Order: sequence, then C-alpha cells, then structure tokens
Amino acid sequence: MVDYNKIVSRRVAEVPPSGIRKFFDLASEMEDAISLGVGEPDFVTPWNIREAAIYSIERGHTHYTSNHGVIELREYIAEYMDYRFGLTYSPGQIMVTVGASEAIDLALRAIVEPGDEVLVPEPCYVSYMPKVMFNGGVPVPIRMSDDEEFKFTVDNVKPLINERTKAIIVAFPNNPTGAIMTESELKPVAELLQGTDIVAVSDEIYSELTYQGKHASIASLDGMWERTIVINGFSKAFAMTGWRLGYVCAPTELLDTMLKIHQFTMLCAPVMSQAAALEALRSGFENNFADVEKMRREYNRRRRVIVDGFREMGLSCFEPLGAFYAFPCLDSTGMGADRFCEGLLRSQKVACVPSTAFGTSNSFMRCSYATSLDNINEALRRIKCYLQEI
Amino acid sequence: MTKELSKEILEILRQDCRVDAEQIAVMINADPAEVAEEIKRLERDRVIVKYNAVVNMEKFDKDMVQALIEVRVTPQREQGFDALAKRIYRFAEVRSVYLVSGSYDLMVLVEGLDMRQVALFVAEKLSVIDGVLSTATSFVLRKYKEDGVIILDDEKDDRLVVTA
Repeated sequence: MVDYNKIVSRRVAEVPPSGIRKFFDLASEMEDAISLGVGEPDFVTPWNIREAAIYSIERGHTHYTSNHGVIELREYIAEYMDYRFGLTYSPGQIMVTVGASEAIDLALRAIVEPGDEVLVPEPCYVSYMPKVMFNGGVPVPIRMSDDEEFKFTVDNVKPLINERTKAIIVAFPNNPTGAIMTESELKPVAELLQGTDIVAVSDEIYSELTYQGKHASIASLDGMWERTIVINGFSKAFAMTGWRLGYVCAPTELLDTMLKIHQFTMLCAPVMSQAAALEALRSGFENNFADVEKMRREYNRRRRVIVDGFREMGLSCFEPLGAFYAFPCLDSTGMGADRFCEGLLRSQKVACVPSTAFGTSNSFMRCSYATSLDNINEALRRIKCYLQEI
Repeated sequence: MTKELSKEILEILRQDCRVDAEQIAVMINADPAEVAEEIKRLERDRVIVKYNAVVNMEKFDKDMVQALIEVRVTPQREQGFDALAKRIYRFAEVRSVYLVSGSYDLMVLVEGLDMRQVALFVAEKLSVIDGVLSTATSFVLRKYKEDGVIILDDEKDDRLVVTA
C-alpha cells in the first residue's frame, strides 16, 4: 500500500481547499438555477478577436513564441499601459503570461522565500493566499470592512508591517467586493511603502471595469513604479477568460526573475491566444476601445439595478464601483452567509457565493452581475421571496 | 435630460423594449419621472416609432415568405422618389421600403402567406406602377440575423455555474 499522505507535499496539503469548489458542486446539482456565482463575463469574445485567432491558425502560426511573448503584442501592451494608466514600460519590461493567474504566481515565486510574510487583502480572490503558501510564505490578511468601503487604509496596513514583510497584494477593482481605490486613497499607502523594500503586487485585471473616474494603478504614484509588479490581462476587459492570456509589467530586474521561472515552466503563452490579444488591442486603438466602453456601460446599468434591488429589499449594500460584483451584507437576516446562500440555492434556486469563500467573514455574499438583465431581475425577485420565507 | 442619457435610453430600449421607465431610471441613474417624460418626448418626435417583437416566423408558419425586391424607378419632377415610394409602401404586403444608393433605387421588403402571393403582388401591383422601370425579386430562404439579433442562436452560455 502506498501512503499518499507521506508522498504529497506538506506545503500543498496544508492549503485549504477552495470554498468556491464546495459551492460549485452544490450548484451544479440544481437544474435551472439562476447563477450570480460566475466570475467571468457573460459576453462572448468579440468576433473580430476570435476571427484573428482562426486566421492565425489557418496561416500555420502554431509554434512557440519568444518566452517574453510576441514582440508586436508587447509593443501594443506598452502603448496601452501608457494610454490607459499613464505607466511607462518598455516591451522588455513586459511579459505575456498564461492568464493573470500565472502572472500572480510568477510574481510571488520571484520574491517570496520561506517564512516571508505577504500582506493579502481580505476578502479577496481565492488564489493569493494559496500561492503565497506554495512558496512557503505566510499570508497576513489585511482585513477590510464595509465601513471603509473595503479599501486599504494606513491604519489597517501599518501595524502588519515588520522586517519579514516582503510584499503587499493590491487588488483593485476587487473581486469579490467590487471596491476600487482612487489615486488619492492609494497615496497614503504608497507613502507608507516607500521607505521599505516591500514590493506591491498589483492585480489590476478588472481595471477596465471601473464605473467612477479612471482606474488608478498604484505603480503610477510617486516612487512606486520601481517597487510594483503590475498584473493585468485580457479576460475581463475583452471577455477572453478561456484564452488564458495575461501579462505582467515590472522593472527589468524583477521581470527577468519572473521570466526565468516562466521559461522553465510555461515556455510561452499559447500563440493563438496571443494573436487574438494582438487584435483586441489593435482594434481597440483603432476604435478608441468602443467595445470595452460598450461592455462597461452595460455592466454599469446592471450594477445599478442589482444594488438598487438589494437596498430595496432591505439588505445593506455598499456601492461597488468596480469589477462586476455586488457584495450585500446579510447581517440583518440573522443568518450567516454560508447558511443563507445554501438555503437560497435550495429554496429559490439562486446561486450566490458566501463571503467565507473569500476570507473569514461570514456576513456577505458575492453576487455577480455578469449575467442578463432578465436573470438579474428574476434573481432579485427570488431573493426577496427567500427573505420573506426565512 | 442630456443627449448622452437620452442615447442610453434608446440603447436600452433597442435591446429590450419591455424595460420600463422605472428600471431604466435605475440603470442610468436618473429620475424616473424625467425618464418617463423623455420617452414620451422621443415617441412624440417619432424617434421611437413603435415597439415591435423580433419574431422568427419561419418557426411559426413554414409557408410564410418574405422577399427583397430591388426596384428601379424614374424619379418624378418635384417629388423625386418620395411619391413612388409612397405608392409602394401603402400596400399592406410591404413591410419596409428604403431608398438606396447603387444600381437600383428602392429596396422593398414584402411579406406574403406563400410564394405565389408574393409573386402575384410583384406582377400585378408593383411592376405595373407608373414610373417603375424594373423589379428583381429575391426570396428570403433563411434569416440568420435580424435587427442585431442572431435568430438561431446556438451560442449558449456554457460558463461553469460558480467560479472564482
């Protein structure tokens, strides 16, 4: 008999399973459930982008690309970073990755050593903490609350910093809360980091889905460029989740370190996905990103409907100004999020993800509005019914 | 109401005309009474002409046909194409009439209970009008996309029900 417990890496075994997984299994059993649990756009990738990938395959572009990624694509990314966020990177300081997910992994692997602490916002996307732990690092949660609109403040970051602190993960617009941070809100945190060797790993995958003002990258603040790894990708802005295409921008020394890991593990991002991404940016510059703007307008309308709906039924819901999630508070129901979401699914067949999947809080549920207006209206009606039931 | 908001109202209604003023007001962050008033104004000015359903008749009645007819005409003194267009669009069989550039003048969309009815309409009503020089009829065999909507939409939502 093989004792697999002895074989499996302890570091991996210690990472708790994803809370999303449990809920996924439950929701998958339900027929005709309405899902507000999906973390990806409901739009299909625009046709011109899909077509570019098809042509690229037809022309026989089926080989490895440079480890960095196709140079034309990186040139466009450089132009895009400058145009959208005022960030200056040379194509050599940009690497195309297999989704922003790989980029997060590379960033952490490049800097985290066993015992290093990484400040991780909470609630947050499910993968940061496991990725820190895979490297033997220690994730230290920065607890964010709805009183502070789920933003960082110096008050909640400063006490967590010590000589072992290696990095801070910045994740705005945020999944699951929908919170954003403006330039002036980021500034005090940036000032705090400037006197340290702490690296900001900034996951800006939802940057295009900002509904008030323009997205501010922490790298654009004074003295931050040299200590920030910016991660972005095509999944959310261009509805390209399945293509697995992201990128990372960083000062040369950091980028080269990540490149070393990437070239030995992934080699390069899929060439056809890079062709698609090239078209996404090329056509974007041609029509001033009209498709992105159209998607953002559509999300924004749904956002208002869902937030208004929750408030109308008596659930307090802070104003999410980014991503495509609303994060209503369930405290007024007297139920924990886990129990509420499970009951809601069983009784009304609406799938929302309890906040326990994204951290320790059991008070909220994540409701994705990346679904049709009809679905949102029907889901709201059912949630209201459920509130009357309990 | 600003032109920008007005445009948003039209965008929403063109997508789904059942969305009521109250919901539109939430969607564009405006006052419901003002939205209702703006919609009335758009109707009054005939910017919004009518609220129709996009119907796939092929699925309901196999015999029903539509034909696109290219019509060449002689424009008339003082009235240009308008008078002839009017003579044509008044027929109940005619669903759309467009004045177009190119090798013919009017594009006429005709609907009939069956092919014979449409053919007879062209032979007996349309081509005999004074000023009509020629017609070329193309029957619609299948509709793929109508008014921005893909008719036989096989692009189902295949996303996993819950993802991070």
